[in-house]
Amino acid sequence: MALKARELNVGDVHEEEVVRNLTRTQIVQYAGTSGDYNPLHTDEIYTTEVAKYPSVFAHGMLTMGMTGKMLTNYVGDGRLKSFGVRFTSQVFPGATLTARATITAVREEDGEKIVDLDVSTVDEEGTEVVKGNATAKVD
Amino acid sequence: MAVDKFPIEYSHIMMFARSVGDTNNIYYDGDYAASTEPGAVIAPPTFVQASAQFDPDYFLRPKIGAEWFGSGKGPTGITPKPKTDAEKSGEKKESTGGGLHAEQHYVYHRHPKVGDVLTATNKPGKTWEKQGRRGGNLVFNESITEYRDQNGELVVTATGVGVRTERPATSA
Repeated sequence: MALKARELNVGDVHEEEVVRNLTRTQIVQYAGTSGDYNPLHTDEIYTTEVAKYPSVFAHGMLTMGMTGKMLTNYVGDGRLKSFGVRFTSQVFPGATLTARATITAVREEDGEKIVDLDVSTVDEEGTEVVKGNATAKVD
Repeated sequence: MAVDKFPIEYSHIMMFARSVGDTNNIYYDGDYAASTEPGAVIAPPTFVQASAQFDPDYFLRPKIGAEWFGSGKGPTGITPKPKTDAEKSGEKKESTGGGLHAEQHYVYHRHPKVGDVLTATNKPGKTWEKQGRRGGNLVFNESITEYRDQNGELVVTATGVGVRTERPATSA
C-alpha cells in the first residue's frame, strides 16, 4: 500500500527491528547471495589472525539491505526513487538492529508527489551503524 | 564492477531476500507479485550489488584453482611473498588494514524485474583523503556503476565509496 501525501507530516517516524541477534550463518547467506566472499565477513580465523579484527563482521551491504526492507515495507513496492547511506560503524555477530525512517519533506517534483526521508539504523546499544537518506514516490 | 550480462532471476531474488531477512511476498511468489503495483517480482533495493556474481573477475570470489586469501590449513591460503627491502628496513609498512565500504548510494530510474537482463558499466568518481579517528589516514575512492536494461535504458545508478585504511578500523 502506497503512502498518501496528505496523510504524511514532517517528523513522522517509521521504525522496525530488522535483525535480532545477527548470526554468522545469516552473514554466510548474504555472502552467498551477494557474491561478496571477502573472508572478513565469514572466516573467523583469517579475520582475527591475519586481518587483526576482533571478529568477523557483517557486510555493510547486508546492513543496508536490512535497512532497505524497512524502507520498502514503509513506502511500498517499487516506490523508492533513491536510497543512500554511509556506513558509520561495523556490525558484529550478535547485533540487534533497528532501522528508522523520518520524514524530512513532503513535496512535488515533475508532477509527482515525493517524500524525503532521513534513514538511520542503530544497534542495541544505540550506536548508529548506517546513516543516510531516501526518497520515494507517494500518492 | 563491469558486467556484460546480469540476468535478473527469480531464485536469485528469492535467496537474496532471505539473506537480508525480507519476508515481503513480492520476492517469493510470482502470482502474488502480479497482483501488486509493480506487477512482477522486482529486485529488492540493494539487489544490484549481487551483479558481482556475474562479473567473471570479481576479486572477492575465490577463483577455481587459484590461491585464496581466506583460511585453509593456515590462517590464509596465500603463500607469503618474501619481504621487500623497503619493508625489511621499516621504510614501508605492510598493510594490515585494507579496503572497506564507506558509502553506497542508489538512484532508481525504475526497479529491475525478473526477466530483465542488465549490463553494468563502471567509471571512477572523486577521490579524497581524511584523517580518521581509529584507522589513521583514510583514502576515499568513489566509483559509479550504471545498470542499463536490454533496451539500453538506464535502470539504476549506483555510487559506491571505498576507503583504504592504514590499520584495522576497529579498536579491539
